[in-house]
Amino acid sequence: MNNVFVYLEIEEGIVADVSLELLTKGRSLANQLNCKLEAVAIGHNLKGLEKQVFPYGVDVLHTADDARLYPYTTQPHATILIKLFEKEKPQIALMGASSIGRDLGPRVSSALHSGLTADCTSLEIGGHEDKKAGKTYTDLLYQIRPAFGGNIVATIINPDCRPQMATVREGVMKKEIFAQNHVGKIKPIEVAEYVSETDFAVSIIERHMEKSKVNIKNSSIIVAGGYGVGSRENFKLLFDLAEVIGGEVGASRAAIDAGYADKDRQIGQTGITVRPKLYIACGISGQIQHVAGMQESAIIISINNDANAPINQLADYRINGELEEVLPKMIQFYKKNTK
Amino acid sequence: MGLKIVVLAKQVPDTRNVGKDAMKADGTVNRAALPAIFNPEDLNALEQALRLKEKYEGSTVTILTMGPGRAAEIIREGMYRGADNGFLLTDRAFAGSDTLATSYALSKAIEYIGKFDVIVCGRQAIDGDTAQVGPQVAEKLNLPQITYAENIVSAENGKIVVVRRLERGVETVSGPMPMVVTVNSTAPECRPRNARRLMQFKHARTITERQESNDDYVAMYSERPYLNIQEITALDIKGDAAQLGLSGSPTKVKTIENIVFQAKESKILGTSDDEIDELMKELITNHTIG
Ligand SMILES: Cc1cc2nc3c(=O)[nH]c(=O)nc-3n(C[C@H](O)[C@H](O)[C@H](O)COP(=O)(O)OP(=O)(O)OC[C@H]3O[C@@H](n4cnc5c(N)ncnc54)[C@H](O)[C@@H]3O)c2cc1C
Repeated sequence: MNNVFVYLEIEEGIVADVSLELLTKGRSLANQLNCKLEAVAIGHNLKGLEKQVFPYGVDVLHTADDARLYPYTTQPHATILIKLFEKEKPQIALMGASSIGRDLGPRVSSALHSGLTADCTSLEIGGHEDKKAGKTYTDLLYQIRPAFGGNIVATIINPDCRPQMATVREGVMKKEIFAQNHVGKIKPIEVAEYVSETDFAVSIIERHMEKSKVNIKNSSIIVAGGYGVGSRENFKLLFDLAEVIGGEVGASRAAIDAGYADKDRQIGQTGITVRPKLYIACGISGQIQHVAGMQESAIIISINNDANAPINQLADYRINGELEEVLPKMIQFYKKNTK
Repeated sequence: MGLKIVVLAKQVPDTRNVGKDAMKADGTVNRAALPAIFNPEDLNALEQALRLKEKYEGSTVTILTMGPGRAAEIIREGMYRGADNGFLLTDRAFAGSDTLATSYALSKAIEYIGKFDVIVCGRQAIDGDTAQVGPQVAEKLNLPQITYAENIVSAENGKIVVVRRLERGVETVSGPMPMVVTVNSTAPECRPRNARRLMQFKHARTITERQESNDDYVAMYSERPYLNIQEITALDIKGDAAQLGLSGSPTKVKTIENIVFQAKESKILGTSDDEIDELMKELITNHTIG
């Protein structure tokens, strides 16, 4: 009872990275709270799945195995989680801020009236004092996420409702094996007792899954452009530099909204989180939602014509100037020096 | 028999292209400097609704928005683009609502307005990006949901067929109506205002707006009832006070912190050839690149 739960996303028998990352986070939260880490696998042909997750420190693996449960559809997965949570009363429930987690999480939180915070960039345990109500709380989940605008971070809590639910994007938490030989318990769920026919009202007629074309997450060099790049044409300068030095191109949301770059290149709280060796920020001001996705880069170069751009605070190298002038020179001198 | 369609729409501050002028000296957003707009994905949702209306004769499109008085602007905007009527859900009792309390209020308002075949909304609002309201409204109404719609292919014989765009793929799904559908920004853009409709609906007002303005068009509103934007309150929807506003919101903001980045010791460079040459040499020598 009152343990930490993680919902596992499974595609073709493989547990998604975002779920494994959450298991690592969940394990450390469970250790702090002195409780167990439980995972929920809903799908088909789940036999052997435990081998993928036990090393991440899972104490109990709940499995709901039924041909109708894969591929994912909303209602049967939601119904199983709702009933399981009603029975097991988790204190914390985490899921990926992915297509699936963002479809499933709100539905579950609505049914349980439990409050859900999307796109958290950090999760911590802490106390809270409600002076007005004269109540003190211990061991709450701090759901931390950048708030609208400014360099502002909000800490959200759910003092009275359980489970405390949060979604987190892929790449935000680090995945780490807890113990290679850690073994948990498997608890099968009687699917027929949980779901009913009406849960299968929505059916999939056709489905094409594709691998993402851009591989920003695993690139060790990222050249990222912001609204200051000014046009799609100018973004070519970034692609040119990235190609010469062997990197990928990323973008801020403002650049994407303006149509300069494609959505799958967005870096930040609601995009991808990256930790490259080198991050070159071109015409990016450095709002917290962007910084949340790149602040752990080893070396940061900022090219900006505003010497006071917030991102400069994070930069190892600040180049004060127009990116149109700087980028061609970087290409030129890189080529010269590697000849 | 046409479809009854309701579009849930939100007025949001335009967080796109938040320029420097939108920030105050203390690092917080100057909301006044940001225009209030029709949430972009709600416009994509409106377009899907209008396409259904064109396809199935006799269909109606209703806009429902929750917000302060001035949110009536987006109902008019929706009317100019093709919506038939609109409801403004407004009450101080909704202040401080998180997504769950918002969804509760919206679902009660939908029940109050009437029966719908299709309930559409944008996937998410740009001021919060939570994508929670659509699925939560569906759950509150005990209806199925189809999220991330890119195209509502058909809605006939009690069945709706939708193409969904996922992070890593595309799905075509079908399900029974009534259905809640949330629409992605990858769906077709909303059509622009129609000049004729603009003339027809430019005097559409809520009762509060009519009371606040001095022009006396009483006759006009009784002759042309479609110009009345209905205002509905917590009382109308018979909302359970415990589930509305702050008290209906399980999530609370504990703290808001201004983040001051730890300034790194950084090298400051200009754009001269020598400086860029030096930089590239340094990056190559320390194996950052190359
Ligand atoms: C809920 C929510 C989620 C969000 N999620 C994200 C996210 O995941 N990722 C993200 O990036 N943003 C996100 N944002 C948006 C974020 O708040 C900022 O609006 C955005 O990051 C700003 O992008 P920018 O720095 O490119 O643009 P701006 O802030 O407009 O900055 C442009 C910069 O370019 C510089 N510049 C202009 N011309 C030149 C030139 N010729 N040469 C050099 N420099 C020049 C300017 O000095 C300025 O510093 C989110 C916002 C919200 C509300």
